[in-house]
Amino acid sequence: MGKENPMEKIKNPEKLEKLRLSILAEQKPGTLQVTVCGGTGCLSNGSEQVTLAFAEEMKKQGLNGKVTLKKTGCHGFCERGPLVSIHPLDIFYQRVLEKDTAEIVAETLGQGKIVERLLYTDPQTQEKISRHDEIPFYKHQMRIALRNNGRIDPTDIREYIANGGYAGLGKALTSMTSEEIIQTIEKSGLRGRGGGGFLAGRKWQSCRDAHGDVRYVVCNGDEGDPGAFMDRSIMEGDPHSVIEGMIVGGFAIGSNQGFIYVRNEYPLAVKNLTIALTQAREYGFLGKNIFNRRFDFDIRINRGGGAFVCGESSALMASLEGRTGEPRAKYIHTVERGLYDKPTNLNNVETWANVPEIIMRGAEWFASLGTEGSKGTKVFSLVGKVKNTGLVEVPMGITLRDIIYKIGGGILKDREFKAVQTGGPSGGCIPKSLIDMPVDFDELTKAGSMMGSGGMIVMDDTDCMVDVAKYFTKFLEEESCGKCTPCREGVRRMKEILTDITAGRGAEDAIPLLEELAEAITLGSLCALGSTAPNPVLSTLRYFREEYEAHIKEKKCPAGVCKDLIVYSILEDLCTGCHRCFRECPQQAVSGEAKKPHQIDPAKCIKCGICYDVCKFDAVVKK
Amino acid sequence: MDRNKVDEIIDRYNAEKSSLIGIFQDIQQEYRYLPREAISRVVERLGIPVTQAYAVATFYKSFSLVPRGEHEIHVCLGTACHLRGGQRLVENFERILNAKAGGTTADMKFTLETVNCLGACALAPLVRVDQKNYGKVTADKIAKIVKEYRPDGEGKSHGEN
Repeated sequence: MGKENPMEKIKNPEKLEKLRLSILAEQKPGTLQVTVCGGTGCLSNGSEQVTLAFAEEMKKQGLNGKVTLKKTGCHGFCERGPLVSIHPLDIFYQRVLEKDTAEIVAETLGQGKIVERLLYTDPQTQEKISRHDEIPFYKHQMRIALRNNGRIDPTDIREYIANGGYAGLGKALTSMTSEEIIQTIEKSGLRGRGGGGFLAGRKWQSCRDAHGDVRYVVCNGDEGDPGAFMDRSIMEGDPHSVIEGMIVGGFAIGSNQGFIYVRNEYPLAVKNLTIALTQAREYGFLGKNIFNRRFDFDIRINRGGGAFVCGESSALMASLEGRTGEPRAKYIHTVERGLYDKPTNLNNVETWANVPEIIMRGAEWFASLGTEGSKGTKVFSLVGKVKNTGLVEVPMGITLRDIIYKIGGGILKDREFKAVQTGGPSGGCIPKSLIDMPVDFDELTKAGSMMGSGGMIVMDDTDCMVDVAKYFTKFLEEESCGKCTPCREGVRRMKEILTDITAGRGAEDAIPLLEELAEAITLGSLCALGSTAPNPVLSTLRYFREEYEAHIKEKKCPAGVCKDLIVYSILEDLCTGCHRCFRECPQQAVSGEAKKPHQIDPAKCIKCGICYDVCKFDAVVKK
Repeated sequence: MDRNKVDEIIDRYNAEKSSLIGIFQDIQQEYRYLPREAISRVVERLGIPVTQAYAVATFYKSFSLVPRGEHEIHVCLGTACHLRGGQRLVENFERILNAKAGGTTADMKFTLETVNCLGACALAPLVRVDQKNYGKVTADKIAKIVKEYRPDGEGKSHGEN
């Protein structure tokens, strides 16, 4: 944190550069440094305890003052957490536990030796890899929005500055006009990363051109898409990149006030952003007369209330005003009349985080990455039935196959890849036959899905596509704000039909009825939540129609998911008679003598799945 | 209800109308629900219509008009958790706690909630009790999780000693 208090404000790029060099000198290049990932995945795996254990061990082994220890934001490779890096040796340890810290301190910090068993092992070659950028998961990535994530301490602005932070702001405010900034963003081809994919530069221009003297900029951190957590990771792990982007945007658009709307489920994001805002004010990046440009700007944080629809721009703005998050019809765009009826420019977290880099490195650089219509990189959260769950940032245009197999390491338990769901509840499922398609905004839309905020949920042959469609439809039914009828009633009706299908009560005409409803909902809904709500149903109907038909005609769930259509049973030749399921069954539905194959009484079975979960021999099957 | 406490929360936000959601968040956290008198006080201090206060209090999932249990169990039903059996966990919690999702147990010990995504998909399926995360939960572990917070043996199921 800012040590010299009251801090002298940074007013020109030369002074910022001087400060950067002095911070780097202070950090004494060559000093050993241990970084522990403090992202949510690693924290849940105990990284906090690992950090404490390191501090304790370093003290015990007399390394205090010789080695620095810091907690960073999300490193991305959540599957292998807690993650620990040793710099400048560039050693990457994974699945580090409290008990491993003594050995790391003694061996690696003390003697520069590698602790082999904590290295990542390439599953194909069985080779141990010590450098993180040589691990396949990281090797194929290109990090722009996540440039600092996992490298800096997000609660220390000096680390951000040492890595070139706020230089983009300095450049913009001391050597560019508002028009030049907007042109740069437009020429870079940056499209909104929140879902819509609208050209950011054009949006900024419309907001600047709108009538009125007060304008607002808003950061949408209401990341609601299930299975997406990139915005959270950026807000938690590199909050200054978002703030810097917003200040640049505020200046370009002609705004003096920014808002960050954060989901209430993200308390660490709120905390780190709050710290970052205070520090930015101390250094003069927020406040009066920033970089002597006669430009005042400040940002405040608002927490959401747990409503998915608040990710929609007009609903979010209503919520910012302290009202219910109901969208309005947008014949007048929010860039003209948004928050408090003033011109308002809203962009997503990842979009803002890209801005400082584009300003620093130029529009041409950014536009040289990606595809014709989608420039730069995109962060995806790769989750579901994939080996390497985590956050990945890749250039637009990379194929699905590369993401899932090269970076993701393939399908969990080497099962068969079935589909990947992208775009959250507004998106769709892309089947195996399209695995070689390049991933960008337009290609995903063409395939009947969308980019959305970048959730990428991988599914295998044990996932039922009708169930997935029902899952999203149920999600949207619950999250519909209820203002317009097509969404409120239409989505509910779709869910009822899907529930019937998965329960084996599907009517003969269920599929055409779903398609008819889908059309009405798409055409008639007020906002994007409703108009895209049928996508999960339509895309699964498009690619997995036979699965719907199996449920309706044969009353069967081929994937073995839909509870009403399956029966649990025990495979005689695999059952060892270990008695575990017998003991755990809450219904006493399992019978059998010890060391002999067991049976399940379907009349007593409530399909709770406990036997399936506890069986170590895969003898319990769902059919 | 402690009126000073509510006033203190309102003052934190300078009694700004636009901070209604933040004020309610803090009251909810303090009392585990929005007491009727607290809502009235907020209405009075912020100078907003009663209808707006109740519209907000009932629109957002964060707020409850009835007291919630001592411990809040959140079963994540994000897509990754759903695929890895999150729904089955909900059903097992409902059975063991004898309370439906969204409901509170008779002894006011637990409120069972589902949540759309907690963003820790590598640990799917995930359960969060208060601030503690439980990763890769299987149906058989649920009785043990409940027991951690209610050691007296209620909610015991067959097979648990």
